Amino acid sequence: MEAPADNYVDALARLALFADLTHPQLEVLAHSFDEEVFAAGQRVIRQDVSGGGFYVILDGEAHVVIDGTERSRLLRGDFFGEISLLTDARPTADVIAATVLRCLIIPDTELKPFLLKQPTVMYRMLQIEARRLRAANAWDG
Amino acid sequence: MGRVDERAFPPGEYDVVVVGSGPGGLQTAYSLAHAGITRCAVLSRDPAPGGMFRRWPVYQRLISWTKPDAPVAPGTREYEWYDHNSLVGDEPGHQALVRGFMDRAFDVPARHEMEAGLAEFAARGDVRVRYECEWLTTSRDEAGFVLGTSDGDYRCKVCVFAIGVTEPWTAPIPGLDAAPHYAATRAPEQYEGKSVFIVGKRNSAFELAQGLLPWASRIVLASPRPLQTAVLAFSPLSIRYLSPYMQHIRGGSGSFVVDAAIDGVDRNADGYRIRASGTTWEGELELESDEVIAATGFRAPVRDLPALGVAMVNDGRMPAQTPYWESVSVPGIYFAGNVMGASAGLRKHGATSSAGSVNGFRYNARVLAQHIAEKHFGIARERPRLSRDEVVPFLLGELARAPELWVQKGYLTRVVEADGGGYRDGGVVPLADYVDRDGGDSFAVAVEYAADGAVTPVVYARRGGRLSEHALPTHAMHRFDTDEHRQELEALLS
Repeated sequence: MEAPADNYVDALARLALFADLTHPQLEVLAHSFDEEVFAAGQRVIRQDVSGGGFYVILDGEAHVVIDGTERSRLLRGDFFGEISLLTDARPTADVIAATVLRCLIIPDTELKPFLLKQPTVMYRMLQIEARRLRAANAWDG
Repeated sequence: MGRVDERAFPPGEYDVVVVGSGPGGLQTAYSLAHAGITRCAVLSRDPAPGGMFRRWPVYQRLISWTKPDAPVAPGTREYEWYDHNSLVGDEPGHQALVRGFMDRAFDVPARHEMEAGLAEFAARGDVRVRYECEWLTTSRDEAGFVLGTSDGDYRCKVCVFAIGVTEPWTAPIPGLDAAPHYAATRAPEQYEGKSVFIVGKRNSAFELAQGLLPWASRIVLASPRPLQTAVLAFSPLSIRYLSPYMQHIRGGSGSFVVDAAIDGVDRNADGYRIRASGTTWEGELELESDEVIAATGFRAPVRDLPALGVAMVNDGRMPAQTPYWESVSVPGIYFAGNVMGASAGLRKHGATSSAGSVNGFRYNARVLAQHIAEKHFGIARERPRLSRDEVVPFLLGELARAPELWVQKGYLTRVVEADGGGYRDGGVVPLADYVDRDGGDSFAVAVEYAADGAVTPVVYARRGGRLSEHALPTHAMHRFDTDEHRQELEALLS
């Protein structure tokens, strides 16, 4: 994986999730939450292990795996980890980096305050969850 | 004819090369020797040991404590928890060395006391270093790596870079490079009567502000993110340097702590003009200041490692690492010391580790040395046998007193593995490695922060391939070896 041309703030600015944030708000985001890079094959979220956070992919690909079976793929701009935080239960799946994976991380205790302070981000998250739900229902249907 | 070079480790072939002679390099070199690695070269561009402690902190003492007198005897493993500055040795004579240099004016050492303690460890622990040999370039060949240095080439299978996080990094704010960085801060008297604007609100910024309180006429600290002090366990800030914040909170003292994104810094004949936009408040700010200091942090001086493929993180400041401090993208390149802070571990509830401080990375170095010996050179670590009756007292003892677990909360864990009819001590390993590995039945214990910051003992059990996690009770005096804990642990093991 080559080094990204953007700095951290620019990489965040390119994501649909943060499209409504002003530049100062993006700076606060960049200063508040860390970036982490995972090796290919590294687990990011672990089934049944508490304390995980909310992740937004800046670069790379991840797989969602339940009991050894790959269920879906996540790419740049996708986020994960929120179901466990919103339902206050442990993760029911592993999320594993398929390539070198670069993410923004918001710790569990900070997700709610962050979303309440940035309702535009919360709204965009809601839209994406709605699309996921519809796609899941269509599959079942 | 020239003088013969009697320095250790002439250029050539080695199993491992360690670059750096600060606490990270010294501890790693010592631990590699004690893990059975014999052909290990240690190189440093400095003329003497100590690393960053030969220069920093600028004004203040360290923020990590060493209690010269503690409830347990110096030199013991348990005493390490009371001494966060000494490197850890395998013999009592190599232990707890910083204490002997402290004048007890405070319970934290001064810079020169820390430097002396590190030099003493190098001497007593027989850690040989080739000083004044600067690492310049890195490339690969069939056998491993080739490090080009000021003295010639070194070939090795594995490299460990303990190069610190010492290269000043100035945030990309327009005009800020016209202002000096923290690293160039002058003696405090030179700021007498001046207004000083410090960009940054982390430890280095506050360290300067604290030191300038008796001298500057006005101090402003500014950065986008608000200070987080609600849960001190999760705050990276040291209380030692927070007087400027306290003065700001009470108001009227000439110290200001502002949440703002700096839009630009303009240099003029009288000083500087700073333009900023509020982040936790709406509005703009324009200020004149005699001095501006960019306390925006540092980066690891990784030279050509990114060109070799080493992925970087934090705006290119730190190398991205696996739970064993190996580059995520170039196997065989490891990191030690301060830079290990970029290997974040599980980050439960956002708690970061102490991996970036001496008290944390001294244990990481020992774990790393054992890992390198096993993985790359086939030197298996001893795994002492434990009877079934010994397992619970052993694990409780670790939860109650193990300095590795207490310093590196949620980051290092002690493992006990089932083996045939009995058990073996699987050693101290990164928690992120334990929860992710496959393998037979085993138990692991760790000390972690709960979401509210409460220090909590946690037990992990792997049975039939499935991992489960169990929090044991907290305790007001942090005693985790009570009868209640013993009973709960017994129940989990049966």
